[in-house]
Amino acid sequence: MTIHVADHPPAAARPTLRRRMAAAGWDRTTLLVVPAALFVLLLFIYPFIYGLILSFEPMKGGAFSNYTAFFSDPYLYDTIGTTMWLALPATVLNMALAMPIAFRVRNLRWQRALTTILVIPITLGTVLVAEGLLTYLGPQGWLNRTLIELGLSSGPVRLTHNYWGVFLSLVITGFPFVFLLTLSYVTGIDPALPAAAATLGAGPSRQFRHIFLPLLVPGLAIAFCLAFVQAYSVFPSAVLLGAPAGPTRVISIAAYQAAFEQYDYSMASAIAMIMAAVQLVVVVAVLAGRRLFYRGPMGSGKG
Amino acid sequence: MPRAEGARQHGEFGEIRLDRVSRGFDGVMALQDLDLTIRRGEFIAFLGPSGCGKSTALNCVAGLLSLTGGSIWVDDRRIDELPPERRGFGMVFQNYALFPHMTVRKNIGFGLAMRGVPKAEAEARIDAAIRLVQLEAHGTKLPGQLSGGQQQRVAIARAIVVQPPLVLMDEPLSNLDARLRLEMRHEIRRIHQELGRSTVYVTHDQDEALSLADRIVVLREGRVRQIGTPEELYARPATLDVARFMGYRNVFEGELDHWQDGGQGERVAVRRHDLRVVGMPREALGSGRRAAVAIRPEDVLPGPEGEDAISGVVESVEFIGREYAATALTPTGLMLHFRSHQRLHLDEPVHLRAAPERVLVFAAEEGA
Repeated sequence: MTIHVADHPPAAARPTLRRRMAAAGWDRTTLLVVPAALFVLLLFIYPFIYGLILSFEPMKGGAFSNYTAFFSDPYLYDTIGTTMWLALPATVLNMALAMPIAFRVRNLRWQRALTTILVIPITLGTVLVAEGLLTYLGPQGWLNRTLIELGLSSGPVRLTHNYWGVFLSLVITGFPFVFLLTLSYVTGIDPALPAAAATLGAGPSRQFRHIFLPLLVPGLAIAFCLAFVQAYSVFPSAVLLGAPAGPTRVISIAAYQAAFEQYDYSMASAIAMIMAAVQLVVVVAVLAGRRLFYRGPMGSGKG
Repeated sequence: MPRAEGARQHGEFGEIRLDRVSRGFDGVMALQDLDLTIRRGEFIAFLGPSGCGKSTALNCVAGLLSLTGGSIWVDDRRIDELPPERRGFGMVFQNYALFPHMTVRKNIGFGLAMRGVPKAEAEARIDAAIRLVQLEAHGTKLPGQLSGGQQQRVAIARAIVVQPPLVLMDEPLSNLDARLRLEMRHEIRRIHQELGRSTVYVTHDQDEALSLADRIVVLREGRVRQIGTPEELYARPATLDVARFMGYRNVFEGELDHWQDGGQGERVAVRRHDLRVVGMPREALGSGRRAAVAIRPEDVLPGPEGEDAISGVVESVEFIGREYAATALTPTGLMLHFRSHQRLHLDEPVHLRAAPERVLVFAAEEGA
């Protein structure tokens, strides 16, 4: 039996444009990225560049005078530490709370209902949560009334218009976010892995240390970064629940005051750039630590 | 470490006894009253279709599922209350369950590290295990860089390097392609013969069970249908279910015709419409007039026309190497699977016979 091979196309023919683009990794599906890329360019990159340039065009003085002004005035540069002192503990606490709860919840049947409930605070927005907390935690709020009623406290505990009000609101608005991310990472781990570790002699704590933790760290690092950035840019609750002139004068308040009280957009841009730089330093540090861990598929083979 | 000492002592067990082991899920019994004694060095296969309770049984032995009834004993020590990490059985998972963030060596050495085996000894044992599964060149790779067959070998090495008294394997070959499956089957057999570790092997593949096991436990709907050697199960399945599962593809019902004592044991004839077959009763046929006949395709052969032959026409022919697998349709609409050494043509008339000692007669199924 003979097999007739179809005639080859003329060898000299140049591949079509589509083929050449496909060879370079640009097929039609990839082109679908273009609108999103344009969107990001217009709404993020352009304002960022604009702000960056603006920050070097101060109302008076040289190109760097905004920055020198910021770092020579403790009223301004202290906001970096103040914000950090709110954002870091709140994020760490949220991570610490989310992890055990995610472990407990991953096998529950009402996991779906719970995650739905937890999404609600995210949709409410920080202002509404701050308003609610203001009355709930206030001197006449339910919490203080209950505490006094039960005799646990002689007078109202002060939880608003200070550090704790802002801290609590950061925990409440940040937790669902951290929890949902953590839950998805925890449930992404094949349950056969801890089972295998158990048959090899690892009890629960060693399963956590040797199997769960190393596999979770890369995901948790991402969750940490997102939650931290969110917390570091706290503004409404710092104003509503905190003491915006003192202990909770966060960096976004400084930027706001520069922009809308002193009408110094250039200074405000400089503060925003400093804020971005601080966030970037933390994110880069965390992501650099993440590189030390395994980041491949969470599966366990070809299952 | 005292736990490690204990585990090593368990390696010297005499037998592992499952006593009426049961497991229910929300009131549905997935496994009921499994009685089995695993002798030292024995290779046991749990065989059955999916959902028969075989994996449940294995997980109960491993300690990954708690029992809802019964007990498990290693000699005179009751272990069903112990968590998996205190039982010290090695397990090979269906999807291998290799730790994706650890190298092949780390994976294999995990159990040794958990047992606190000194580093030098651990390294030597890892080397030996890697040699045993022929992965010498892959020790520093991550599981994701290995093929399915290689991952399987790592999983086996990881389970046996701790020298467990019992190795549990949960459908370890089901994710491999046909050729590799055959190869790994030989490999598992070789490793078992080399190390002599007691093994419980779960599979839905009768060929795997027949070729690997010393004894097979056939499960269906959570209950044991038969326990026996491969030879016993192959030749003398205890129930119609087991027969079906062991490759008796020709199963049909008919009326008990009459009893007949052919001198070499009891014989019984079953009539269905115009055809009549003689076979051996495999269980008490009761007073009912209905009976079911089971015959393997390999035992049905075409021959000359005759009164004792079942006549039909060829429905389909398939070359399976060495011979042809064919089906024939009788005038009364019965489909028979048979084998032929010659190529047959469609619609060609054939006359089929099966030796009475190869024809099994069971009581008819209830409500069938």
